[in-house]
Amino acid sequence: MSENYRNNFLREVEEKVEEGHWVKMCMQCGVCAGSCPFGPHWAHPPQEIFMMIRAGKREEVLSSDSMWMCTSCYQCIVRCPRKLPITHIMHGLANYAYRLGLSPKKQPTQQFASMFWNNLAQAGRVNELKLSLGMYFKDGFAQGIKNAMAMQSVGLGMVKAKRLNPMELFAPHGVKDKSGFHAMLKKAREIEDRRKNLA
Amino acid sequence: MTEVIATNQTILVVGGGISGMTAALEAAECGKNVVLVEKNSALGGRVSQLYRYFPKLCHPICGLEINQRRLKQNPRIRVLTMAEVTAIAGGEGDYTATVKLAPRFVNENCTACGECSKAVDSEVPDAFNYNLGKVKAAYLPNKMAYPQRYVIDPSIVGTPEGEKAKAACKYGAVDLDMQEETVQLKAGAVIWATGWKPYDAAKIQPYGYDRFSNVITSVEFERLADIHGPTKGKILRPSDGKEAKNIAFIQCAGSRDENHLRHCSRICCMASLKQTNYVREAYGDEGKSTIYYIDIRAIDRFEDFYAKVWNDPNVTFIKSKVAKAVQDEKTGDVVLHGVNTEGYHRYATPHDLVVLAVGMEPSVKGADLPAQIVSDSSGFIEADPANHAFFGAGCASSPLDVNRAVQSATASALRAIQVVNRVARVED
Repeated sequence: MSENYRNNFLREVEEKVEEGHWVKMCMQCGVCAGSCPFGPHWAHPPQEIFMMIRAGKREEVLSSDSMWMCTSCYQCIVRCPRKLPITHIMHGLANYAYRLGLSPKKQPTQQFASMFWNNLAQAGRVNELKLSLGMYFKDGFAQGIKNAMAMQSVGLGMVKAKRLNPMELFAPHGVKDKSGFHAMLKKAREIEDRRKNLA
Repeated sequence: MTEVIATNQTILVVGGGISGMTAALEAAECGKNVVLVEKNSALGGRVSQLYRYFPKLCHPICGLEINQRRLKQNPRIRVLTMAEVTAIAGGEGDYTATVKLAPRFVNENCTACGECSKAVDSEVPDAFNYNLGKVKAAYLPNKMAYPQRYVIDPSIVGTPEGEKAKAACKYGAVDLDMQEETVQLKAGAVIWATGWKPYDAAKIQPYGYDRFSNVITSVEFERLADIHGPTKGKILRPSDGKEAKNIAFIQCAGSRDENHLRHCSRICCMASLKQTNYVREAYGDEGKSTIYYIDIRAIDRFEDFYAKVWNDPNVTFIKSKVAKAVQDEKTGDVVLHGVNTEGYHRYATPHDLVVLAVGMEPSVKGADLPAQIVSDSSGFIEADPANHAFFGAGCASSPLDVNRAVQSATASALRAIQVVNRVARVED
């Protein structure tokens, strides 16, 4: 019966977004929004995102940069009077928007997240040198040089303290069974796609 | 030894607040014998600590006086104060209750003249005023106390102060040798009317009740408005005694929150709406109230009261559960932070005084009851056949306002009467 009252987007979120079935439980008290330490800096606080989902504003929600601003401090989860896993829902929405290709392209958290994943997925280990260089140069070559120069002392310090190996740029280390690792990721992706009907 | 005559046709009522008094009176006026047990030194419970009732805004003293008069006139009720039920054994028609009687150190010779109080110097926290002030260690529990008898605080017994109180009494009423007693009472049915307690506001960490002096609870606010309260009825804030003319009420302080009380306490919305009237009464158009709420739950006929307050230009409603309170050390003002659901605007608003509309918790929770009793997830007693002739009444059974608590008490009295009638038929 109550199914009839749910709009298509709410149903879509419930089915396909991690922890999305919780969205209908929000009672719009606003404690998450008020408690978020990043609150003033994002367009829509969680409370508003939940209401937008329930109002069927699909494009606005999925293309919003709000979910990407979450720093996972978990303050909202701790304080939510209805125990909604708000942080997880935010990540779920971000991931779903990304999979659909609707997430904002220039959002730095999203850029870093995809860079981190691609880096990790190659060899099964994070190559920190490539990752940080990737971040430096994400806005073009000239900006990259500037960033690298600004961080020079930190980088050299890390090399001296043996926290950063320059050779990693040419011979990155990884897991022993790389093909097994890739097969595992592929399988996990298949399972996820099947569960969320994303195939 | 305290003599109490009770048989298995007696109804035992535990708790002497408005519900317990009502249940005891209804049963006794139907011709049943009742023992009324109260933990405190006077009857009346939380109702006696209220300044006014909603929605009529009359004084609880009035209703309590009527009940006290009914009690005095009725020989079928035996009242035991400073008495606590520690165990209940047996079953329907044949219960045995163990009752612990704490010493009052004042016997029935007391005329409430107050000489003992004048004689002593030491003071103890004033429990009637939620410890907002102090009283002499020989005190009358409150102005309307029933029985109208002084109490000597155990802390001065065996000290020169105690002897001073004894020497001051012309009637030989101070008896410092009184001991704690335990008595066993028979009963055919038990009405459990132990009422509620305000949720411990210090547990709601972001509101800073334990850190900020100008954050108080709604029950404390009742005492501030009362002429017999610590400020003689003036609404002054605790930090500096300044007149509090800009007051915030935070709803659902503890209630409707899985981290605190999972139930809606039902009365807090109406209590805050009522308390905005205290602010207006004290300061006229200068008295401003702001209510921060999730949604206002003013049920059935209370809707009119809500509409009236809603239209009051001195009362502002902000649809938001406050996220955080911070007290400004210099000014003493409390700044409330949050996001308004209507428009999702951020606010940081200073107030002179913040009142937390704290939720209701059962005084004695399910597992702490002296018998195996079915109660709900918040500890309120259920009307369950498995509870046999053990009936919850008033706020022991559900968060209720005074009106509904009295209805619930009358219902429990009817159930208990049926039980003792069955017992009487078998015995005759």
